[in-house]
Amino acid sequence: MKKKGKSIQAKQQRAGWIYLTPATLLIFVMSFYPIIQALITSFRTGPSSRMKWASPLTWNYTRMFQDKLFMRSVGNTFLYLIVQVPIMLILAMILAQILNNKDLKFKGFFRTCVFLPCAVSLVSYSLIFKSLFATQGLMNHILTSIGILKENYNFLGNPGSAKAIIIIALLWRWTGYNMVFYLAGLQGIEYSVYEAAKIDGANSWQTFWRITVPLLKPTIIMTFIMSINGTLQLFDESVNLTSGGPANSTITMSHYIYNNSFGVGVANFGYASALSFFVFILVAILAAINMKVGDTRD
Amino acid sequence: MIKKRGSVVQRRLIPSYIFLIIISFISVFPLYWMVTAATNSSVDVARGKIVFGTKLMENMRNLLAGQDLWGAMKNSFIFATVQTLVALFVCSLAGFGFELYHDKNKDRLFSLLLMAMMVPGVATMIPLFKMMSRMGFLNTVMGFMLPAISTPFLIMMFRQNSRNFPVDIMEAARIDGLSEFGIYWKMFFPVMKATFAAAAVITFMNAWNAYLWPRVVLTDKKAQTMPILIANLSAGYVVDYGMLMLGVLFCSIPTMIIFFILQKQFAEGITGSVK
Repeated sequence: MKKKGKSIQAKQQRAGWIYLTPATLLIFVMSFYPIIQALITSFRTGPSSRMKWASPLTWNYTRMFQDKLFMRSVGNTFLYLIVQVPIMLILAMILAQILNNKDLKFKGFFRTCVFLPCAVSLVSYSLIFKSLFATQGLMNHILTSIGILKENYNFLGNPGSAKAIIIIALLWRWTGYNMVFYLAGLQGIEYSVYEAAKIDGANSWQTFWRITVPLLKPTIIMTFIMSINGTLQLFDESVNLTSGGPANSTITMSHYIYNNSFGVGVANFGYASALSFFVFILVAILAAINMKVGDTRD
Repeated sequence: MIKKRGSVVQRRLIPSYIFLIIISFISVFPLYWMVTAATNSSVDVARGKIVFGTKLMENMRNLLAGQDLWGAMKNSFIFATVQTLVALFVCSLAGFGFELYHDKNKDRLFSLLLMAMMVPGVATMIPLFKMMSRMGFLNTVMGFMLPAISTPFLIMMFRQNSRNFPVDIMEAARIDGLSEFGIYWKMFFPVMKATFAAAAVITFMNAWNAYLWPRVVLTDKKAQTMPILIANLSAGYVVDYGMLMLGVLFCSIPTMIIFFILQKQFAEGITGSVK
């Protein structure tokens, strides 16, 4: 009897491991192995068919820090990150707060509207914004007819305005997405908690900072990590909205790496791998910092 | 008395309503404009026409003349559907195993797998491209989906959501002679239907909208998906806005339908493992 019990347990244990195997193998082969390969390739140089070790080994990395264009792509990516992510998350929080009011009518309608941009792909909305802000586009038409602009302005042809439009487009696409997280979190907070705060004489500002923010902290941290992660990997918008232009002034890191790997007539796998490993380290560091911040405040 | 209080409350909410109306308008307008632009000529679009026009068929003819629209739609449908089915099976099985058969070693493995979340797509694209071309998977559904099947996000989603799975019933089922896989198929799957639905919606959407990796692995025009097709539409020097927006509309119709019918599942799919 005892023996039989043991063999059943062993069978169950084995079944458990079998269930994990396909997913585990795929992650190892499709994520972990390639990232190690990327690290190795980043020390190599030459055309993809005849690659050899770089000498000195760190040559690609030395080159990276001297590459003004790559540094600009890093700068652009961080600009999008620093400007866009806070505005987006604050706006998402405000919207979630408003929509969580139990006296508000047409809640479902408003929520659907704000959430709607998530229904289109990144390429689609990039092309929509590209068309809206084209020199002969609707935005110019509206701004000139109401007299704000004297003549059509080439929004995507000037570095400053092109960056602003990427940020506006990102805000449009992702604010509703983050709002959904906050709304789900807010709905998880018991209404009685707020009632109690009200009885204790807390105003809505205090209620927000003393109750909502601490209770939503895990959600807020997660949206931060996701947004940072997403922004560091921006690609579709840079490629399709501005093509990285004008004169590479809006190019992102991923876009530049893509151009170095699969751009027309270029296959600089060694150098591109060094750049991509740099992005990997950035993503890992920022994720670690975020986790740490999340932990110590507890 | 109660009515009066209600109207006071509603009056206090007027700024909220105004704010929501403005944000809703901004959110919806670009998509409304995209649909109208698909029915107008490029000249009218540039002139700022924002009502529906009569040039839909003309735009359609132009689009079909230059692009293999139906081919790309078919590719997108097949690739996204196959990826969704396989990813759901692989990740639900893993989530099931991690949660309901868990022990210390499996928990350690789980933490290790979570680290894959930090690996950016752009960093693995070159090695994966080499791997796929060695295996002959370029321009195939295998090449398209293999890197996207097993994600920590989906595994975690299934794991977290099976926290409340009735473990006692599993014991009872075993005594009744149900095999371990029978427990997954006959018990786990029906109980977890809501999670499967949410996971299916989010996976399909992601697969349909994917751009960077498909652009790398689908080098042949015959294998291109909708996002690649519409990206190519705008690459020329002169852009036909009517035709471009019609292409964007085609790319967006399936995901918009899913959004409107399965919005709840979509929202659950996005928030996924947060519980």
